[in-house]
Amino acid sequence: MPAASGIMTQVSWPELAEIVGKEHLRDATAADAIDGVQPQMVAEPGTAEELARALGWARGGGLKVAPRGGCTKLGWGNPPTGCDLVLSTARLNRVLEHAWADMTVIVEAGCRVADLQKALSEHRQRLALDPLWPENATIGGILSTNDSGTLRVRYGSLRDLIIGITIALPDGNLAKSGGKVVKNVAGYDLSKLFTGALGTLGVIVQAIFRLHPLPRESRSLSFSGTPESLNQLLLAIQSSKLTPTGLQLRAAAGSAQLDIRFDGTAPGIQAQVKQVEQIAGSLVPSDAAADVWASHQAIWDGVSPALVAKFNVLPTSFAAVCAQVQRVAGAQSLAWKVVVQSVGTGYARLEGNERALRTALLALRDELAKMGGTMVALGCPVAVKHGLDVWGPPADTQPLMVRIKQRFDPDGILNPGRFLGGI
Amino acid sequence: MEASIFDEFRAIVGASGLITETDELRTYECDGLTMFRVVPLAVLLPTSTEQVQAIVRVCHREKIPFVARGSGTGLSGGALPVANGIVLSLARMNRILEVDLPNQRVVVEPGVMNLNVTARVAPDGYFYAPDPSSQQVCSIGGNVAENSGGAHCLKYGFTTTHVLGMEVVLPDGTLIHLGDRTVDRPGYDLPGVFVGSEGTLGIATKVILRIIKRPEVVQVLLAAFNSTNEAGAAVSGIIAAGMLPAAIEMMDNLAIQAAEAAVQANYPNCGGLLLVELDGPAPEVETLMEEVDEVCTKCGAWEIRVAQSDAERARVWTGRKAAFAAVGRLAPAYIVQDGVIPRTALPQVMSEIDRLSSEVGLRVANVFHAGDGNLHPLVLYDDAVPGQPKAAEKLANDILRLCIKAGGSITGEHGVGEEKKMFMAEMYAEPDLETMQLVRCAFDPENLSNPDKVFPRPRLCGEKPGVYEPHPLEVAGVAQRF
Repeated sequence: MPAASGIMTQVSWPELAEIVGKEHLRDATAADAIDGVQPQMVAEPGTAEELARALGWARGGGLKVAPRGGCTKLGWGNPPTGCDLVLSTARLNRVLEHAWADMTVIVEAGCRVADLQKALSEHRQRLALDPLWPENATIGGILSTNDSGTLRVRYGSLRDLIIGITIALPDGNLAKSGGKVVKNVAGYDLSKLFTGALGTLGVIVQAIFRLHPLPRESRSLSFSGTPESLNQLLLAIQSSKLTPTGLQLRAAAGSAQLDIRFDGTAPGIQAQVKQVEQIAGSLVPSDAAADVWASHQAIWDGVSPALVAKFNVLPTSFAAVCAQVQRVAGAQSLAWKVVVQSVGTGYARLEGNERALRTALLALRDELAKMGGTMVALGCPVAVKHGLDVWGPPADTQPLMVRIKQRFDPDGILNPGRFLGGI
Repeated sequence: MEASIFDEFRAIVGASGLITETDELRTYECDGLTMFRVVPLAVLLPTSTEQVQAIVRVCHREKIPFVARGSGTGLSGGALPVANGIVLSLARMNRILEVDLPNQRVVVEPGVMNLNVTARVAPDGYFYAPDPSSQQVCSIGGNVAENSGGAHCLKYGFTTTHVLGMEVVLPDGTLIHLGDRTVDRPGYDLPGVFVGSEGTLGIATKVILRIIKRPEVVQVLLAAFNSTNEAGAAVSGIIAAGMLPAAIEMMDNLAIQAAEAAVQANYPNCGGLLLVELDGPAPEVETLMEEVDEVCTKCGAWEIRVAQSDAERARVWTGRKAAFAAVGRLAPAYIVQDGVIPRTALPQVMSEIDRLSSEVGLRVANVFHAGDGNLHPLVLYDDAVPGQPKAAEKLANDILRLCIKAGGSITGEHGVGEEKKMFMAEMYAEPDLETMQLVRCAFDPENLSNPDKVFPRPRLCGEKPGVYEPHPLEVAGVAQRF
């Protein structure tokens, strides 16, 4: 065990080693830091019970804890106000039960999304979600960050797919909500409370999802045009009888595309393609490039420093958002691009210096607020985060959210400061 | 309650919005579950958010418990009044406030009838997806409280999928806005927690709904089997083929007889009837309908019909939607049960129900949302025969235990309410219930909003979270912490 210092002088790490096994407790390195905040140790419990006990132990010692999955979104949220221990779910990585005839799966939180999908594909099923970096992202991680992708237009987001959850709480207990049936209204739906809570209320150790069949056939088209014309086309598609499984608008300086995907039987797809061509009128589609449905992930790549912000707006505002991003980026001499899903969630990427990124974020947030939207800074240098809340201004629900946090985590040990309004 | 408080209530809602006469109060003594009845001190009928807020503020100040009520169609006693409290009826808050077709949003007050939302947007080709069987009379506020489902939630999801935001009066009278017209508002998913909380976390005074476009084609296939097991095998076959029908419903022979007697739905007299509804693009539905037909035939269906027109389809559904009430023609009284099982457990659970039913000597009709495993056994009895009501209740309860044992749930859509709160302790472990209480205590630390529902025992939230401090009632020895 390392020599401890400061607050750590009171910590008896061997006790934790006893809980998780000493080979699963190690010194944290610089690579484990979250937004520059350096934890002391990293523990990898092997069971849900071990994880809960470790969390209870940490609370007893007054330690701040950061739950961690695949490390793909570790920089999301505000910088933590403290972090002593990283609790990794890396060893909780099993698919426990794939009840394919019931179309449900019970999976541990540390299971990587791609591994889960591979297991499900054996029965031609999937978790109908295409989150970021599935090769590394874990179930617990996508749940805690409420990550979703292009399939959302048809299958909903995680809140619509999760049917049960097991969580470890700071008091050292494990608690469950929901179960392995799709339809269930017994008790409060804690699955939804924990989805998107960024690990501030407890640590997700297990989840149960409803599944969908893999599509039989699939075909995607892309249209080019102006953001305005494509926004109109998107609205026309939404008000038609078409049932796309993907519908997104992409824009960057001087170019804009709309992508649409149809899944189903070959005759069904063919009929829908014909209809969308009719609706589009003078806009003529081409077969979509293979990687268009990874655009929400590709937007994270590029030169740095950069800001990747998630925004939520109404579908009628997409062109206006593009115009505002272009205007604000122009004023700050930033490169920009946008990809937005038809449900109203999108990413904007801005590249340039840190000061300009920050100015642009605040300006865009104001503009989006006028449209009833919000903007959250997800990926950016720590310097951009200082002095602002990456989540945006709190709303009238903030006191209630604080009360919920206090009930679940009375000592504020879980990811302190990283969530909305300093929660 | 002191007279001055009645005066205060009257000043808020006017004389026509306050009911205090016992005879009139009896209208509100129960909801759709009539076995529980309690007469409240008063019923208030506010017409605005401001009035609801003002009433709740008085309740909070005076520690008067309140129960919100929509249309009173609930089947678990969720709107059962409390004797020392008031009922807040949202029936007069029944306006559709905003229709935004391009963004597919509708904003309504809680007293709006479910079906009226669809009626309003139907001319433009939209509909509101959750369709509980009571949709002609049940309110959106009640749907929010119960997270109502319906036959089509297999494909389209439940109320929680379609409610994006709400204006809510918290139990201390604070007005807040959960969610929004846009999705993924930063912060905790409070709409996700509030929907389905059965009125225990506050009162929704405005609800933002998502509407969706009507599919191009809707077809219903009706297939007759000799048994529910054969019908169940067909359901598994349909799912295994990778289809997601809009609805799959099953009825057993007794339920079919009831539906026939009541509405002459022209169902074949068979042991297990399956209704499979597919919707979507015409060529897609056509292709898949042929496959459904094949699966059913392979599993032993001896009669298959496809309803093509809207009128035919409506008639097929009439029998199913009328099934609960229709059972009243077969017996003087019946209990509607609502349990959920993993779909694959159906044969085993059905044979257990048969066994229990013949042991007790009471008939059970079964209506089943087969796609999502939601079972509605109807336990028939004669309330004039001594012992039968008790026996029926026990049988209904034993069926719930079968559901729990099969890995299912004690309620799929009717809610826990008053009726099933004791079963919560059988379905969940103590830490699970304790954890749910954390939510309750954050919203309603004084336990005023629909108290004593959902959870098996009243609990105390303590004065503040964190370090344990005895509640004054504990110190006084009049309450105990569990």
